Amino acid sequence: MSEQMKKIYLYTRYERSWHWLQMALIAVLLATGLEVHGVFSLIGFERAVDIHNFVGLTWLIAFFFFTFWLFTTGEWKQYIPTTRKMLVVIRYYSYGIFRGEPHPVPKSKKAKHNPLQRLTYLSLAAFMLPIQMITGLLYWSYNSWGAWGLDFLTMGVVAFVHTAMGFGILIFVIIHVYMTTTGHTVFAHIKAMITGWEDVEAGTPVEEWEKKAG
Amino acid sequence: MNNPNKLGGLVLQTRFYHICVMAIAACFAFFPQAQAGEESSPAPGRAMARQAGILSGDWSTADHSEMEKLQQTFESGPEITEACLSCHAKADDQLFHTIHWKWLSPYEDGDLIGKAGYSINNFCISTNKMEDQKCSSCHIGWNGKEDGINCLRCHGGADMDWQAQFKDYKFFKEMGETELVEEIQADIKEAVTDITRPTRQNCGSCHFNGGGGEAVKHGDLDASLIKPKRSLDVHMGIDGQDFSCTRCHTTQEHQVSGRVYSTPAVSERKSLVEDDLAPKISCESCHTATPHKDDKINDHTDMVACQSCHIPEFARAHATEMTWDWSKAGRLKEGKPYIEKGKYDRPVYKSIKGTFTWEKDVVPKYYWYNGSVAAVTAKDVIDPSKTVRLSHPVGERGEGQSRIFPFKVHWAKQPYDKVNNTLVTPLLSKKNNGYWKTFDWQDSISRGMDIMDLPWSGELGFVETTYVFPTTHMVAPKEQALDCRACHRLKSGRLENLAGFYMPGRDRFQLLDYGAWGLAIAALAAVLLHAIGRIMASPGKKEE
Repeated sequence: MSEQMKKIYLYTRYERSWHWLQMALIAVLLATGLEVHGVFSLIGFERAVDIHNFVGLTWLIAFFFFTFWLFTTGEWKQYIPTTRKMLVVIRYYSYGIFRGEPHPVPKSKKAKHNPLQRLTYLSLAAFMLPIQMITGLLYWSYNSWGAWGLDFLTMGVVAFVHTAMGFGILIFVIIHVYMTTTGHTVFAHIKAMITGWEDVEAGTPVEEWEKKAG
Repeated sequence: MNNPNKLGGLVLQTRFYHICVMAIAACFAFFPQAQAGEESSPAPGRAMARQAGILSGDWSTADHSEMEKLQQTFESGPEITEACLSCHAKADDQLFHTIHWKWLSPYEDGDLIGKAGYSINNFCISTNKMEDQKCSSCHIGWNGKEDGINCLRCHGGADMDWQAQFKDYKFFKEMGETELVEEIQADIKEAVTDITRPTRQNCGSCHFNGGGGEAVKHGDLDASLIKPKRSLDVHMGIDGQDFSCTRCHTTQEHQVSGRVYSTPAVSERKSLVEDDLAPKISCESCHTATPHKDDKINDHTDMVACQSCHIPEFARAHATEMTWDWSKAGRLKEGKPYIEKGKYDRPVYKSIKGTFTWEKDVVPKYYWYNGSVAAVTAKDVIDPSKTVRLSHPVGERGEGQSRIFPFKVHWAKQPYDKVNNTLVTPLLSKKNNGYWKTFDWQDSISRGMDIMDLPWSGELGFVETTYVFPTTHMVAPKEQALDCRACHRLKSGRLENLAGFYMPGRDRFQLLDYGAWGLAIAALAAVLLHAIGRIMASPGKKEE
């Protein structure tokens, strides 16, 4: 199989660091968030709140750096949504994958994400995460609402949105983690996110500049 | 062409690496403070309180044992008072204006509110305008209000039964027992010259024994506070700060602060640092409104009173009386009243009073409270089909100074007039030929209501009532303060009954939870099925 595969350097060191940092932050936030929500009792309410607040703020700051990186490198283009090949990709995951067909949208430096990924990641990065951060920040700064003229808000509304989005992210994580196993081997995609090198099928046209990076 | 590109990529990568490290470093600025230096510095509120408390301590410029006026023979209480007033000339006038003397609310006109008025509780019910003699034993006069002020009630250092002492004195004087008379007079003189600022004994002789016995009335005020450990009361603990009552209950012209009637207890959140002569000292006067190291906990002080978390339970040393059923009173054994003792060696039945229950380490009930307690009087019409809230805390969320505050709620079943739907005020004392002697409700109520000048139909019923006491003494050391989960929990949290606001950990949107967990489980099921599908399909792929 390896003879049919070629390696291309797909994820830079920053992207990989960011991805795994984000993974850790999400894991901690989900766990502590659910504990505060009363789903289980692990480290105690007070510590869960403290850690949740700290990690949430950490993410907020890190997210600013990510946004900066996204726009300075032009990588934001990777997230432009498209309907092209969307149906093909959906057909692949619901049918072709069981028949051993190759992925209809091979990864390349220019297009790291297939149309489904683009849509998912865009809604995550541009919609869910910002909402989560804003509501989280509001939640945290509850006592300052009056001073900020936000008296029209109620804790109930903020908590509702924050909880709903939290669960949204949990559902994303379930599907996302599973999708990592759909490479040519179960751990192929995870390996790529660790080393930066993604295996692509030999037949895929790989541009000259893609090989240079390594 | 290759080289610059490669170099550029490398430089760019390194830069992002640096940015990444910086980002993580920046985040640590927010690391929870509690992690660092737990014991090295006291919490801000504690440091402020220490500063505010520096001036604590009893000192005086007078030695009463050397005063000529007190070197005389005293044959009655009023003679002692006269001697006091010969120097402290304004004291009696000051005192006559106080609640301690009048037993009437200073905040209302007339005689409606107060022990000496139409106020009713669900212990001994009413003082019948101070006519009921047993009740008056706590009044600061020599003989109720009859013979003037007894200064020594609050300022006497000696524990003395003055009535008995003067009775003996007269008796032996008439008998001509000179030696005994001199002995008694020496005792009196010693007691008269032993003058103090009010001690815990002075205040406690009434306030620890309200409602007809020790630890009956208040759950947070009982004789255990005379020599408490720090673990019972962090302020009064003799192994701690050793505060006397007057350390917080400050006085102006004999008006002692801290009484709760209709005026909010704390109308201003004032620190002693801002105003070191503030007449009413509250927790925040010394500890400030931001006493904790943890900001999130400080965020609570606008809604939650300090007492709510720092008095985890009341009656932690002596059991307190929680219920009193007057309707069971009057049973006799062989024609005689009796007492039955139960747990904590406390009476569970008294023929003269009915049944009681006692509890120790009681978890308070929590209500919004702006410092006022609203009360029903003997003049008010009640609805006997429901439990009558004889007194209840006033306040609601978001209203001014209202905060969540802990209360002892005392339940009772007490007599009422079934026709007029009013609570009744039986005369009780033996000296008054009251219920405790006659066991006759009709007679004791009709005479009691006569004194009050209130109608009595003669139809006796018993109604359930509740009476509240704000819990503010017996503040525990910080280690015993409540954990977040005491309230921030799904079920049976301490604030379970306070509605109208979302509280993290306590509240959730049931539909959202069902929907979200449903979707999460559906997602999990979907990926599992997908995985199984792939595994099943893979052998077939090889054959192809």
